[in-house]
Amino acid sequence: MKSKVVFSSIVPMLAVAGMLWYGAGKHNNTMVSADADNAGLKLPAGFGALRAAENTGKARHISITPAGDIYVKLARPKEGKGILFLHDTNGDGKMDETQGFGNYGGTGMYIKDGYLYASSNSEVFRYKLNDKQQVIDPNAPEKIVTGLIEKNQHETKSLVLDNAGNVYVNVGAYSNSCQEKDRTPGSMGQKGCPILDSAGGIWQFKANKLNQTYGDGIRYATGLRNVVGLDWNQQDNQLFVMQHGRDQLHDLFPAMYTTQQSSIYPAECMYALKKGDNAGWPYIYYDQDQKKKILAPEYGGDSKKEGMPEAITPAVAFPGHMAPNGLLFYTGSQFPEKYKNGAFIAFHGSWNRAPEPQAGFFVVFQPFKDGKPFGQYEVFADGFTGSPEKTASGRADHKPCGLAQGQDGSLYVSDDVKGTIYRIVYNKK
Amino acid sequence: MKRYTLLFLAGLTAVATYTTAQKSPAKKPVAAKVKPAAAASLANGKLVYTQNCLTCHQADGGGVSNMNPPLIKTTYVLGDKLRLAKIILNGFSEKVEIDGEIYSNIMPSLNYLSNQQIADVLTYVRSNFGNKASAVTVAEVSKARTGK
Repeated sequence: MKSKVVFSSIVPMLAVAGMLWYGAGKHNNTMVSADADNAGLKLPAGFGALRAAENTGKARHISITPAGDIYVKLARPKEGKGILFLHDTNGDGKMDETQGFGNYGGTGMYIKDGYLYASSNSEVFRYKLNDKQQVIDPNAPEKIVTGLIEKNQHETKSLVLDNAGNVYVNVGAYSNSCQEKDRTPGSMGQKGCPILDSAGGIWQFKANKLNQTYGDGIRYATGLRNVVGLDWNQQDNQLFVMQHGRDQLHDLFPAMYTTQQSSIYPAECMYALKKGDNAGWPYIYYDQDQKKKILAPEYGGDSKKEGMPEAITPAVAFPGHMAPNGLLFYTGSQFPEKYKNGAFIAFHGSWNRAPEPQAGFFVVFQPFKDGKPFGQYEVFADGFTGSPEKTASGRADHKPCGLAQGQDGSLYVSDDVKGTIYRIVYNKK
Repeated sequence: MKRYTLLFLAGLTAVATYTTAQKSPAKKPVAAKVKPAAAASLANGKLVYTQNCLTCHQADGGGVSNMNPPLIKTTYVLGDKLRLAKIILNGFSEKVEIDGEIYSNIMPSLNYLSNQQIADVLTYVRSNFGNKASAVTVAEVSKARTGK
């Protein structure tokens, strides 16, 4: 009897010890503590946030390894390093080791099938990972895509991969609305907008083929002015993108649009893409209140006339100019059930709402059901700017940019002003 | 380093303006007489700014990071007036680095503005947003436009 008692108390002890040991080795499975101020963020009840890292630089897209390490793509290299590898040595969720490599700025950062994919503003690279999901040789990436157009606007090349060995790369239009004279009041649109031949769309390339350029890839979807946030929806096995809608309706056509209308139109659109789709830029834009595809004023529109019926309709339409820079379909189990397979969108925040107050600078949640948007979106994480005044003026302390999911279901958000990496966790049980 | 250079240049301009004013006391009453016209010019300059510049350069002249350059104490704004007027007339499509930040958005030509409007808006910009530089005249804008 006695030995049985001893044995039965040893088992749980061993189990606890084992859990502790397991927790020490696998940091991502340990519940980390939120910062006392939730990293300055306003979140729904039960959620908390911590600053996993600070002052990393202009942190654009990020990717988290199964071990909880963070890869960060910087818009501009910091001390010659354009990609950061952040490691947490003691499991408290605060990254305390930083290594850098890759001497180029850019935005794209994505881990898939044993490789880290990264983009400059004209090329795509990949780095082979070891069994700890760490880059084996930071100085010898494979160049997958080269020669993509890079001009003074919308030059970032976001990327994502599907499950069939393809990488999807955004090539943004080097123009606001394909006017004969870009951003010039009253200038009309170029007939058969020539920009669309090499930009203003999503290109598909092979993930494992070297030195591909336009001729080797497929223009997967066109008529997309600029996409920064994009993700592969695993439930639908389909590419979803967030378009940055055109700017300055009032500045360019003041007789047709008030400053107030210009500040909220056109919509920032989420599109579910199929091969060959055309979203209509620069010929039309989507008006979220009329719920119509409206002919652009550069192409004969008057703010009401509809156009281009063959253009695809957005899956979700958000208010204008908020600059969606990150899209993530949540597949984790840490957050409550309603978040599963729904979309998080990081809105970087507006600038051309001026002279009206600026808006955005938050992370939004759009519920999905059976792979389709379902119900109204809600603001999930706010407070990045520091104050309502800083939101209105656009002089934000932090601007959310990239989104990534940890193996444990934590949501990570990057900030490309000061380089804070936020980790949002659910505490309530 | 760059910021200090810009501040230094701003300082120089301010000192130069101050010195000029001190050296020619005879001009003082003239300056006082000019005031209503200068005030009208500034008011008109603000209007031109609001209608043509504000969206990109913002209400505080601070611009938009990575895209539209700030107009606060930069050599472009405080320096050579001819060069500044030519930016308004011809537009600007180069990437420009200010205080270590790069700005890359395109600025269209605003040559549809009159010489008076350009003089007014530049005078407004050069004396707002923390800037203290001399007024820009219609003659100077005309010279930038025609080369004469």
